[in-house]
Amino acid sequence: MAAADAVRAGRLRRALDSDLFYSFRRSPLTVVAAVVVLVIGLAALLAPWIAPTDPFDPSSLDLMDGKTPPLKPNEFTGHTFLLGTDDQGRDVFSAILYGARISLLVGFASVVVSMAIGIALGLLAGYRGGWVDSVIMRVADVQLTFPDLLVALMIFGIARGALPIAAQEHMAIPVLILSIGIAKWPQYARTVRGVTMVERGKDYVQAARVVGLPAGKIMRRHILPNVLGPVLVIATLGLSLAIITEATLSFLGVGVPPTSPSLGTLLRIGQEYIASGEWWILFFPAIALVAIALSVNLLGDWLRDALNPRLR
Amino acid sequence: MTEPLLSVRDLTVQFPTRRGLLTAVDRLSFDLAPGEVLGLVGESGAGKSMTGSAIIGLLEPPGRIAGGEIRLKGERIDNLPAEAMRRIRGRRIGMIFQDPLTSLNPLIRIGDQLVETIVTHTDRTPWEAKLHAASLLEAVGIPAARARIDSYPHEFSGGMRQRVVIALALAADPELIIADEPTTALDVSVQAQIIAVLKDLCRDKGTAVILITHDMGVIAETADRVAVLYAGRLAEIGPVADVISRPHHPYTRGLMGSIPSLDGGRDRLEQIPGSMPRLSHIPPGCAFNPRCLQAFARCVAERPPAYRADASEAACFLLDPAMSPAEAAR
Amino acid sequence: MLAFLIRRIAEALVVMVVVAFFAFSMFRFMGDPVANMMGPDATIADREAMTKRLGLDQPFPVQFAAFLGNVAEGDFGVSFRVGRPVIDLVKERLPATLELALISGLFALVGGIGLGVYTALRRDGLLSRAIMAISLIGVSLPTFLIGIALIYLFAVELRWLPSFGRGETVRIGGWTTGFLTGSGLASLVLPSITLGLFQMTLIMRLVRSEMLEVLRTDYIRFARARGLTTRAIHFGHALKNTLVPVITVTGLQLGSIVAFAIITETVFQWPGVGSLFISSVQAVDVPVMATYLLFVAGFFVFVNLVVDLLYFAVDPRLRSATTGGH
Repeated sequence: MAAADAVRAGRLRRALDSDLFYSFRRSPLTVVAAVVVLVIGLAALLAPWIAPTDPFDPSSLDLMDGKTPPLKPNEFTGHTFLLGTDDQGRDVFSAILYGARISLLVGFASVVVSMAIGIALGLLAGYRGGWVDSVIMRVADVQLTFPDLLVALMIFGIARGALPIAAQEHMAIPVLILSIGIAKWPQYARTVRGVTMVERGKDYVQAARVVGLPAGKIMRRHILPNVLGPVLVIATLGLSLAIITEATLSFLGVGVPPTSPSLGTLLRIGQEYIASGEWWILFFPAIALVAIALSVNLLGDWLRDALNPRLR
Repeated sequence: MTEPLLSVRDLTVQFPTRRGLLTAVDRLSFDLAPGEVLGLVGESGAGKSMTGSAIIGLLEPPGRIAGGEIRLKGERIDNLPAEAMRRIRGRRIGMIFQDPLTSLNPLIRIGDQLVETIVTHTDRTPWEAKLHAASLLEAVGIPAARARIDSYPHEFSGGMRQRVVIALALAADPELIIADEPTTALDVSVQAQIIAVLKDLCRDKGTAVILITHDMGVIAETADRVAVLYAGRLAEIGPVADVISRPHHPYTRGLMGSIPSLDGGRDRLEQIPGSMPRLSHIPPGCAFNPRCLQAFARCVAERPPAYRADASEAACFLLDPAMSPAEAAR
Repeated sequence: MLAFLIRRIAEALVVMVVVAFFAFSMFRFMGDPVANMMGPDATIADREAMTKRLGLDQPFPVQFAAFLGNVAEGDFGVSFRVGRPVIDLVKERLPATLELALISGLFALVGGIGLGVYTALRRDGLLSRAIMAISLIGVSLPTFLIGIALIYLFAVELRWLPSFGRGETVRIGGWTTGFLTGSGLASLVLPSITLGLFQMTLIMRLVRSEMLEVLRTDYIRFARARGLTTRAIHFGHALKNTLVPVITVTGLQLGSIVAFAIITETVFQWPGVGSLFISSVQAVDVPVMATYLLFVAGFFVFVNLVVDLLYFAVDPRLRSATTGGH
């Protein structure tokens, strides 16, 4: 027991002494970004317990509460809301918490999808070479010619067409995750392929091949650890892009269904009220989205610089 | 002596770094007569190129002239406003850089590069300038100059490009050319040709030349006088023949001893022990004292001024006429 | 050079055929085209007739060839949603998108190069630093939020510019243009800024870093040593060399403007092909989706070819390298 604690304490000390943590402490902007990500992330995770109301439960909504400004009692019901309410009487604060939950979920999950596809195909292309490599990289090239957003829209449209109408509603989020995930795999594949080709030429991999280790094992045990650093950097920067892509798709009305709005959906709703003075319906979700995207981006920048000082 | 074309007095070039202020050129003084060819030699980092850049006013920031003065025909040019200095560059002082492959803008025809230089500095119309450009290219020995005036730099070989660079530097007939290692980047076989072109043209036009190089062979063939720099300071200056055959400064002596001679007079090259100090670690007194076999107490305490010695001057206490023979003997 | 050009055109054709194959597969395998076109009350005989008419009883390669033939003749099928030929829908809406993309592209190009050069030349100036800081934030904001912010500021608060639509348009032949009316031009301002801003920032940052790189080169130093004016050095020499590497990225960025018009058109209710595409994705209107894909792909391939040709025009080293002159 004591020994395990000592090991854990040693690990913690090592982590705190590391270069990574040092460069983290040296950059105040990064610390702020990390705090923002942590706070929003926790709030989103704990939304059902923190949020004053459940914005997706129609029975809890009172239309009379509609369009209440922030921190002012509603003229009919006398209810007060921290960030006001939308036209349906939905509490904006609660909607942001639940919306951030969906945005972060889609963001994370789609990054995992692109990472999985990208690493697998990148390893395969880099390790096998030859025609396998050419085919994979040509597909990546053609896909990279088109903007991610367009690819995601196409995949989303196709998936919608392929699904029976009844399944569309509850499959919307998985479909969205897959669309964004597939749209962004080539970047990972390119990087992983590059690192793999370098590692494959090294003596220890050659030795492992000579000994007769199966290719899958060599890739997993020897090459994979080397690609994790660059992949982590792409993934962090990719997370903010994925969140923005999700918000954009939902804003365009092709993302998550309106019954479970993400931040993008809230913005789509809020946009209708900018001319009529109910600014809070748009403003607060926008701030939340920008805060998440900007903070994750800053963390990604820091990670890139810290893991690869040569890039700067 | 007539009024010098260029007069450098106590020139000091410094640049701030994280580890403090570095002095790349330290109280350097010399004169240059009209039409004279002065060789500037020394190891890399001795301050040769810095001196050249300081004279033409092109020190890369944060480097700057921290002291002393530079006069061109008596007029101070080291503190001129940027625009006035620009008018001097190219028109009165030209410069040739080391690498002809990168000195020419790859996207602009060489004729146009010549014409823009000529038009900037003279009253010639573009059409006259183009004729002049062709004659300049002929003068530097480019075959079929008229036909090649519309070529791009990449269509020329390295040696031919350096000829173009020379034509560009001479385009507005400057009184002084600073040639910074003009042949180092070239094939050995064309080095001599380029030096010959430069030398002949400058002699014909009466242009003075500061030839910066670490190649004593080139200096011996080309220069009238030579200045030897060590750690940003002048070690010795004098007529080429004197400095080569009768060097006075121990460093110059070491430098001459390390040159192979073709007549095989010496079968073993001498080497100076140690290496030139880094700019951040220049010893007190004479900068050469840690490597000097004849150094004595004063060399560590004081910096030697330049003493006359025959036709040369050298910064070494061994040449101090007031020095006691006993001290010198140690 | 000719050989190079032919190779590039061949590559472009291959990409187009691949995209066409993809578009065709969408047609063929998404849902049931016959059911989509005839509705639920059609008889079995009607359905068989339609299957025959559409050529769906033919082998797959024959169908694909027929599809390519139709596309070459401008026949992209009929919209499931509206029931009109897709080509007519696209023709109606293309001018709006192209005019928007043109103005945005010009804005991005002129603004990006101008600001890039400015921030490079005044590297330590206060304004340059401010521009760089703002551009960093600009890159990480979603386009639609920028559009909404612009609408709020200039249309709702200041009431200077319209917040949606194209304004009055003038019809010239088959083309409707917003360039000839005051309201048409005013309507273009906010959407063009929204659409071009992101590309402008990218171009600006690229121009800036390339320019700083070029200003450090030997030939710029030599140009200074020749006493050329600062103006001639910056704009006659440095800018020219800066633009060579900038061309590729810029070309591709301008290409993607057409794709990103989807967002801007939605925010500003702009009646272009982008909003047509969004409604077709929402309604799973496959022929429109496939046609849009083909159009955008064609546009990208075209832009890529133009970029290649521009390279030749700008860089003499490439010209002689491929003619084998040296």
